[in-house]
Amino acid sequence: MQKIKENIYRYIFAVLAFASIIFLVGITITLFKEGMPLFKEIPFKNFIFGRDWYPTYDPPDYGALPLISASVFVTLGALFVCIPLGIGSALYINEIAGYKQKSILKPLIEILAGIPSVVYGFFGMVIVAPFVQKIFNLPTGLTAFTGSLILGIMATPTVTSLTEDALSFVPNSFREASMAVGANRWQTLVKVVIPAAGSGISTAVILGISRAIGETMTVLMVTGGSAVIPKSFFQPVRPMTATIAAEMGETVVGSLHYHSLFAIGLILFVITLFFNIIAEFIISRYRLKLGAGR
Amino acid sequence: MDKHEVQIRVSNLNFFYGKTCALKNINMDIYKKKITAIIGPSGCGKSTLIRLFNRMNDLVLNSRVEGHIYIDGEDILSAKTDVVELRRKVGMVFQKPNPFPKSIYRNISYGLEVNNVKNKKYIEEKVIDSLKNSALWEEVKDRLNESALMLSGGQQQRLCIARCLAVEPEVILFDEPCASLDPISTRKIEELITELKKQYTIVIVTHNMQQAARVSDYTAFLYLGELVEYGTTEKLFTVPENPKTEEYLSGKFG
Ligand SMILES: Nc1ncnc2c1ncn2[C@@H]1O[C@H](COP(=O)(O)OP(=O)(O)OP(=O)(O)O)[C@@H](O)[C@H]1O
Ligand SMILES: [Mg+2]
Repeated sequence: MQKIKENIYRYIFAVLAFASIIFLVGITITLFKEGMPLFKEIPFKNFIFGRDWYPTYDPPDYGALPLISASVFVTLGALFVCIPLGIGSALYINEIAGYKQKSILKPLIEILAGIPSVVYGFFGMVIVAPFVQKIFNLPTGLTAFTGSLILGIMATPTVTSLTEDALSFVPNSFREASMAVGANRWQTLVKVVIPAAGSGISTAVILGISRAIGETMTVLMVTGGSAVIPKSFFQPVRPMTATIAAEMGETVVGSLHYHSLFAIGLILFVITLFFNIIAEFIISRYRLKLGAGR
Repeated sequence: MDKHEVQIRVSNLNFFYGKTCALKNINMDIYKKKITAIIGPSGCGKSTLIRLFNRMNDLVLNSRVEGHIYIDGEDILSAKTDVVELRRKVGMVFQKPNPFPKSIYRNISYGLEVNNVKNKKYIEEKVIDSLKNSALWEEVKDRLNESALMLSGGQQQRLCIARCLAVEPEVILFDEPCASLDPISTRKIEELITELKKQYTIVIVTHNMQQAARVSDYTAFLYLGELVEYGTTEKLFTVPENPKTEEYLSGKFG
């Protein structure tokens, strides 16, 4: 009787565990099934490197380069925000702040991570964009720059909390050893703690990027939405995610436009998968390395 | 025991972790170029005491110290003390070997680098010297650029001793340096410590009474944060004055 009960539990949990795999496989298959038909009409190379995105014109153009480069632009910009902010605050929380400050700052950053992205988008649209427009004297405040700023802030909690994990994973004995030969706090941080946490910190950054690339709602709201290859940070752009979100509603199921949006999704999927695999790889190596040093 | 020169003088020392008193009114003199062992059951305050000698407890939040510790006549607990200077003078080797995840060479040169030694030639000589003095040179001379984490536990501990020697301390504190080592490595470290006595003042915390008896000149018995008995190792182990000491030495508790 006990045995049967135990087996039932086992199967229930096994099913739950495998459900996520089934979803993953299902999503992948759908993306390929709906995305691939585009390449029967338009060669892959023309799609990736095509400079014009006019899916509703006659004849339509399906060149995704403006969208891809917009994503790259906005994400790179976001990195300039989330790397210093994220790593800086993690260093402060883990190495400098006292117990009290730490117990306030950590939950605050977690709250920041929990704010829905549409709220960030709203904040960007209503407050940051007009501000950007005024300061830089632009025709519109909805630019790649604004997107980068907001995305960077959004990715910061991810970078902070992962960096913080990496720092707290550095055994205290390293810090003590460093202090014991007369290193000050700063030297200890720069020469021992950060290098020891290096791979963990890079993982944090990579996952931050991956989060920024995949973010949709915010970029849709604050980047302005013009599908041209960006020449500067201060012009409206249309990243891949925003394109899918904005256009999916207007397409006819099964049309070329419809398939092209799935193809963009496929590219996004491959990019984020790639970043996650790299992060996973670094994490596994890093565990081994510090594991021996503990 | 008065004929020796005093290196460290502990005077009316109390130490608190929050509200708990970990050290109660400790008074003791530690002599130059001698080995002083601190023994006592787990939790009696041995680590707490020696970590005060290089102000390592500064890192512990919410702790408080009263009294004085004079090293060469200077009160190192005073706010004016240059802690970096102090830690150069008073080196420390920890219970678990804790080499940095860097090369063998960099592990030793580190202490010089952070103390602003720029001369490459000098650093190199110092690294080799320290490795020789810690009896590790023969084993690692062909692989100075390999990661220190590749070494065995005993080798790592000797590397940590070398790292400590490189900054030319006067005093070396050992906090149970053999606790995680096998008997052969332990023997080697003990021999090394005896050798180092010629040049350095050594304070060693140990759980192992035989070890204290083997290597030390003086022994202090600490119990529940109090210094129960302190004297030459010979006397303490053969004719202890305090009945508590005798009980501990005969293995009745601890
Ligand atoms: N960071 C700390 N915060 C609070 N209490 C502490 C801290 N470190 C040590 N203690 C307490 O102080 C007392 C003395 O600890 P200490 O580490 O000095 O003992 P020890 O003699 O070195 O023991 P062991 O032989 O187990 O290493 C113990 O009761 C311990 O619980
Ligand atoms: Mg201890």
